[in-house]
Amino acid sequence: MIFITSVCVFFAAAITFAIIYFFFKYHRKTPDAVGIVTHEDPRLEVAWIIVPLILAMAMFSWGAVVYVDYRHTPSDTLDIYVVGKQWMWKIQQPNGLKEINELHVPVGRNIRLTLASEDVIHDFFVPAFRVKMDVIPGNNHYNTMWFRPTKAGRYHFFCSQYCGTNHALMGGWVIVMEPTEYAAWLSGSGGADGNPVTAGEKLFAEKACATCHLANGTGRAPSLNGLFGSQVPLAGGATVVADEAYIRESILQPNAKIVAGYLPLMPAFQGQVTEEQILALTAYIKSLQSLPAPAKGSGVAPVRGAETAPATEKK
Amino acid sequence: MNDTPPNPEHQLPDRHYLSASYRAGLRSWFLTTDHKRIALLYLASVTVFFFIGGVFATMIRIHLLTPEGALVSPETYNKLFTMHGVAMIFFFLIPSIPAVLGNFLIPIMIGAKDLAFPKINLLSWYIYIIGGCFVLYSFSTGGLDTGWTFYPPLSSIYSNSAVTPAVIGIFINGFSSILTGLNFIVTIHTMRAPGMTWFRLPLFCWAHYATSLVMILGTPVVAITLLLAGLERMFHLGFFNPSMGGDPILFQHLFWFYSHPAVYIMILPAMGVISEIIPTFARKPIFGYSFIAASSIAIAVIGFLVWAHHMFVTGESTYAALAFSFLSFLVAIPSAVKVFNWTATLYKGSISWDPPMIYALGFIGLFTIGGLTGLFLACLGLDIHIHDTYFVIAHFHYIMVGGAVMGYVGGLHFWWPKITGRLYPKALARFAAIVLFVGFNLTFFPQFILGYLGMPRRYHSYPPEFQVLNVLSTAGASILALGYLLPMCYLTWSMRYGKVAGPNPWPATGLEWKTDSPPPTENFHVTPVVDWEPYDFRHRPDLGLAAGAPLAPAHGDD
Repeated sequence: MIFITSVCVFFAAAITFAIIYFFFKYHRKTPDAVGIVTHEDPRLEVAWIIVPLILAMAMFSWGAVVYVDYRHTPSDTLDIYVVGKQWMWKIQQPNGLKEINELHVPVGRNIRLTLASEDVIHDFFVPAFRVKMDVIPGNNHYNTMWFRPTKAGRYHFFCSQYCGTNHALMGGWVIVMEPTEYAAWLSGSGGADGNPVTAGEKLFAEKACATCHLANGTGRAPSLNGLFGSQVPLAGGATVVADEAYIRESILQPNAKIVAGYLPLMPAFQGQVTEEQILALTAYIKSLQSLPAPAKGSGVAPVRGAETAPATEKK
Repeated sequence: MNDTPPNPEHQLPDRHYLSASYRAGLRSWFLTTDHKRIALLYLASVTVFFFIGGVFATMIRIHLLTPEGALVSPETYNKLFTMHGVAMIFFFLIPSIPAVLGNFLIPIMIGAKDLAFPKINLLSWYIYIIGGCFVLYSFSTGGLDTGWTFYPPLSSIYSNSAVTPAVIGIFINGFSSILTGLNFIVTIHTMRAPGMTWFRLPLFCWAHYATSLVMILGTPVVAITLLLAGLERMFHLGFFNPSMGGDPILFQHLFWFYSHPAVYIMILPAMGVISEIIPTFARKPIFGYSFIAASSIAIAVIGFLVWAHHMFVTGESTYAALAFSFLSFLVAIPSAVKVFNWTATLYKGSISWDPPMIYALGFIGLFTIGGLTGLFLACLGLDIHIHDTYFVIAHFHYIMVGGAVMGYVGGLHFWWPKITGRLYPKALARFAAIVLFVGFNLTFFPQFILGYLGMPRRYHSYPPEFQVLNVLSTAGASILALGYLLPMCYLTWSMRYGKVAGPNPWPATGLEWKTDSPPPTENFHVTPVVDWEPYDFRHRPDLGLAAGAPLAPAHGDD
């Protein structure tokens, strides 16, 4: 940052100074005077191509390192869900506590925000932390962002992607607290609507997911035990990592990716569940991650099994 | 008829493209195929859009005087900045220099009688007007509140404003750009006068050649993209709306594939103008002709490969972000080469303080700041913070207003005597240039700081800690507005009352200065033959300068 600023200030000052100096020094002396021809020198031209190029590459490298670090979320994070909608932010703490336009976080923890939008594109921006990320509606874009607060205090957050009439009012405060205060706040705020895992489990029953997704793998749909984070073989031979985006897509548009060995039977839940419900279901499915997956082949693999087997052998 | 005494040396030519003795009446304007008259039609129409966009900008700045917003409702504010952007970008900046100055000058500069396709040239003006009418219809029937970027699903589903006529208008207007670009390319390829080789072409023509490439290759993409957004809105086809299976990010890719190169449509012609003004008023050949020419082409080509730097925080792949950041740094280099060469041209020049030179030097100063702050935005780590803040607003206004508009106004001052045959009051013009420069910096420099402090763009209200800088910016805008009104007044005045200029008042070396001011309809009485190198003052006795006796012994001073 200081490097870029100083390089830019140097070049801006040098050019400005040169222009002003030449402007007065070589001011036309007589009305018919012409300038002295200075022949261009390829060495000079190459020099002022190469030197700025080297400086630019130094800036690029620094920026790249920062960016790669930002986009790579560390593993020990406190996970908080953020849903943007015209024109408010709904935020859910790990224990299920919900807040609106306020985000309480403890000092010294890596905070990971999972961002979902109910309607248009928003952007969660905390200027004091130098972080922002677009919040994009749709099946393929579960953006996440992370930061690590180092100092307690209240910091503005804004929506920085224009989202309609009250875009400017779609902001709030990040409240960074000492870990003990945070813990007290979290438990003392009362009225928590149950944590997202429980809410997800309830939904899982309500929406009758459990009738097909049997835990032991004998249902018409694959078991979800140990699913999250694993490699899922798809009909046709490809595989996909079961991350949040995959789970979201599989809920909303189940036929987009069919697990190898199963039939496309599941109804689409597009428009049937809210973003918050999807987050709860995802949290529930994540909680099944530690359970052992049923042994391979125990599923009813009626039709597709025979087709996919050779495909995997080829690889 | 004329208040001022006739110039003892110069008289307007008996017969020229403006004179009524050619053809009379409005018909002779609206059915003209003369590139010079079409250029003036464009001049009038882009000025109307500049004025409309300027009124919106004034209202925006007044509104932002107080944190809660001083003037209008949030809905209206959102419409103001959207319509400001649409009017200024699509209907002023993109056509300004190419369709006004380029149209007027390219045929004369290369010694041709007209553009290659004069009727298509007129057609492109009519297309522009039809597109403009659709957009004005949208402005006056509900306005437009999507941001000039039209991001779906806000634009395609959620907005209640008149989006459809606006995207249709921009779609139609695209064809105007494409036809103009096509006309320029064919003209420059096939209609150069004897002796006008590629490396004797004025750099203005090189810049327009590069611009035309971008117009032809980029415009169809944005036209189709906006049409798709319009179709999605009208017929609920799911191209971009995720709830219908579309992808909102796809729109951003397609939109910026044109709209980033469009920045080069705006700035390259301005660079061409500056490359003409600097050698003329330093009275020496431009330093590094071939490097400046090649850098225009390089900008046009690399400019097509940087679009996704508008999308670093959309969650695009890290590898894509790295590649686009790298290429964005790369595109800065040819611009830097131009700035260095212009500055080097001043060295040992015979520098006049005529108004076009003041505008050109103002351009270099502002463009340099605009370009250098582009490095901040190209830098991935920094962009996370300053993306979509006022830093971006300040950066692109330095490029588009400090660069493109300064270039346009400077170019108007340079070629005004050729276009109208008359001179404007120089002292007033010099004063206006300085007012513009000061007003511009006061308006937009505070916005860099605002952005760095975290004020997001497109905010109708803001936290109170940002007020001081916003007030400064508004104060600057009032000076800036004066700076634009001044030239509008004295240039208009000079059309009737200005001193008659004569064919080559500065004097300059280009072919356009070898014919009458204003030129005859056929541009030249006899086809010119070019036997001199570009920007050469020393082997041009016809310029009446002390060419044989320079200030100091001339030797190649490498």
